[in-house]
Amino acid sequence: MSFRAFIPVLAFAALVVLLSLGLREDPSRLPSPFIGKPAPRLDLPTLADPSKRITNADFAGKTVLVNVWATWCVSCRDEHRFLLELAKSKTIPIYGINWRDTSAEAKNWLQQLGNPYTEIGEDQDGRAGIDWGVYGAPESFLIGSNGKVLHKQIGPLDQQNWERDFVPLIESQEPGT
Amino acid sequence: MIPEIGHFALILALALAIVQGILPLVGAHRGDATLMSVARPAIAGQLLFVALAYACLTWAFLHDDFSVLYVASHSQLALPFMYKATAVWGGHEGSVLLWILLIAAWTGAVARFSRRLPQPFVARVIGVLGLLSTGFLLYTLLTSNPFDRLSPAPADGGDLNPLLQDPGFVMHPPLLYVGYVGFSVAFAFAVAAMLSGNLDRKWARWTRPWTTAAWMFLTIGIALGSWWSYNELGWGGWWFWDPVENASFMPWLVGTALIHSLAVTEKRGLFKSWTLLLAITAFSLSLLGTFLVRSGVLISVHAFVSDPTRGYAILAFLAIVILGALTLYALRAPDLDSDAGFRPTSRETFLLLNNVLLVVAAALVFIGTLAPLVFEMANIGKISIGPPWFNVAFIIPMLPLVYLVGVGMHTAWRHHATSLLPKSLRWPAAIALVLGILIPGLVYGRFGVLVCVGTVAAFWVMGSALVDPIRSWRRAAGTPGLRPGVLGMSVAHFGVGLFVLGVTLVSAFTVETDRSMREGQALDVAGHTFELRELRDVQGPNYSAIEGAIEIRDNGKFIGEVLPQKRQYLVQKNWMTEAGINVHWNKDLFVALGDQLGNDAWSVRIQYKPMIRFIWLGALVMAIGGLIALSDRRYRGGPTQEEDS
Repeated sequence: MSFRAFIPVLAFAALVVLLSLGLREDPSRLPSPFIGKPAPRLDLPTLADPSKRITNADFAGKTVLVNVWATWCVSCRDEHRFLLELAKSKTIPIYGINWRDTSAEAKNWLQQLGNPYTEIGEDQDGRAGIDWGVYGAPESFLIGSNGKVLHKQIGPLDQQNWERDFVPLIESQEPGT
Repeated sequence: MIPEIGHFALILALALAIVQGILPLVGAHRGDATLMSVARPAIAGQLLFVALAYACLTWAFLHDDFSVLYVASHSQLALPFMYKATAVWGGHEGSVLLWILLIAAWTGAVARFSRRLPQPFVARVIGVLGLLSTGFLLYTLLTSNPFDRLSPAPADGGDLNPLLQDPGFVMHPPLLYVGYVGFSVAFAFAVAAMLSGNLDRKWARWTRPWTTAAWMFLTIGIALGSWWSYNELGWGGWWFWDPVENASFMPWLVGTALIHSLAVTEKRGLFKSWTLLLAITAFSLSLLGTFLVRSGVLISVHAFVSDPTRGYAILAFLAIVILGALTLYALRAPDLDSDAGFRPTSRETFLLLNNVLLVVAAALVFIGTLAPLVFEMANIGKISIGPPWFNVAFIIPMLPLVYLVGVGMHTAWRHHATSLLPKSLRWPAAIALVLGILIPGLVYGRFGVLVCVGTVAAFWVMGSALVDPIRSWRRAAGTPGLRPGVLGMSVAHFGVGLFVLGVTLVSAFTVETDRSMREGQALDVAGHTFELRELRDVQGPNYSAIEGAIEIRDNGKFIGEVLPQKRQYLVQKNWMTEAGINVHWNKDLFVALGDQLGNDAWSVRIQYKPMIRFIWLGALVMAIGGLIALSDRRYRGGPTQEEDS
């Protein structure tokens, strides 16, 4: 009997532990290293008109939401409904980074589902995604009026995490409070 | 009354499965022929009762018995007959019942066609399969009983998910499941061989036809799934790398590796422990796929939170089965490997490379599928890695594999090949280079390194696969022709070539455009004129739709009309896109209706997809290759005359 022969059993046992943890609901969240740092550099052609560019200067002095999305991402479709509501409520401007996608697909998506974004930058080769430390889509960054990252959300936004994590931070940014 | 009969039949089937799972194994262990002989009648009875339960559920669907909760939530009065009959596997409970029926059917087939194998071995195989049946029957009776009643019964049901109302769906899940479940036979053979401790080459020969059969069904099942999503999702894609697709693709990759590794074990007695491990892994991935799909652990946490017991139950079952098998493997495997080496350019080497590359590919798919779960576990969040990752990761092991297949097919067992490109392969290599480089440029008007790498690989595999059949066809009268095994291999590899050709040309030369169109307007896309003649309202049995009549002309010549629809299903209220597809052997012209844009204009998505049919044709040809190999008389359990051929 050699140890090597037991590798498959041990590997599978580890997988079972992983999966059983995966069945637990609502894991608590850890703070992200991005918080409190200046927003990473942004300089992308816009989806609507590739000759124009979207940069950090576009939202200087404003509190904005930067949302990374792609048409191939299943949970972005879920999140989109929430973004539309958020845009309707005019709480905050939403800037989109269309990540590793094609313009045709992205335009079709917006045409079919509606467009919640103030402006969208096209990041076809994923360079901006690297600068912004994007693991996958969707991800959202709350950028304060001082240009610093206030909060980073990995995974879809919804009413619950919006009210819990974003709203208090946005309110603390309001001028005069 | 009928649903209760079904429920009762399931309980009886469980009792028989327990008998089938225990007595033959005990008998084989003790050498008690009486106990072993229980195996066949037990599986016959279990199969009968499971089939009865399945028939009862089908009856409930056909008679709109909405007092059965499962029927009420997956059917409705106006649902067409064909979809009522197939709605049985449209949800969780029915899918599990189908799984149970299929595992009993495979076991029945083993009992029927393995009469010439030694009794203790067959008893162990049937016993192991009986234990698997027991697990699934317990699972369905305790957590997902399809016969649960609903009181008061609603007047009408909630309808079958409109996505599933497509002819492709009628055949796709059953074939996929036949394949999935079929790997349980290879698994049971491996476990039986390990239990008996007698792991000579015969085990591999007995397992081969069953593995090939399961693989064949899985191949067609996956291809149909791809065809279904192409038709039904309305985006014109044929593979999305979503967890459900990956769940079926991982067992396919490992199963393909298993088919090749079994060949080495049978012919040369090598790779024994590796083959056992693959047999266990192929089925484990089928089970794991079921877990991932059924528990909702990957797709949405919320879908799952509603019923955590199911996820834990499947996981517990999975852990018992797979950990048990792997522990047995750990105890038995180390004694197996013979020291008989092999030469660096013999067929053994190529098959080893095949195995390594296929398993690496499966591992990459596995990592990509589970990564979101790991991220979530590390409290990072719920994300998808998506096609950009898979498309790159997957091609890295697959491209060398496709090139190696061409040479590997023509190397001999044991022998050291004197040249890496034997004489017989020079013509195929030359033809592949010429065609592969010229066709993208001449037919599609664009050269590109990646495209040519793909097309050359495709023609290379096809050419190389034709060498043996052509030689056999031109042979002198009276000399023996190709054995079905070799012919099957050639055909299957030819199918790989067709598939690669289709994938390469579709990915490189698809033209895709989204435009707005009005009645009477015409658009030119990829050399074809698309004219929207009319928009009209259409009523279906359980939906209403807007249909566009679009005429397609090629250089002014009428070549067809497509009728894409935008359907709203009346019960579930969701909109579905029914694409209009004009099919030719060398291209699909795909039209889907988007949304109304105002001013009577509609957004229309038009796509030109060259050679897309070759993707599914290639898969079909691979499966036909498997069928030809199955017809080999060597697998009929006759005397073992060609132990070493």
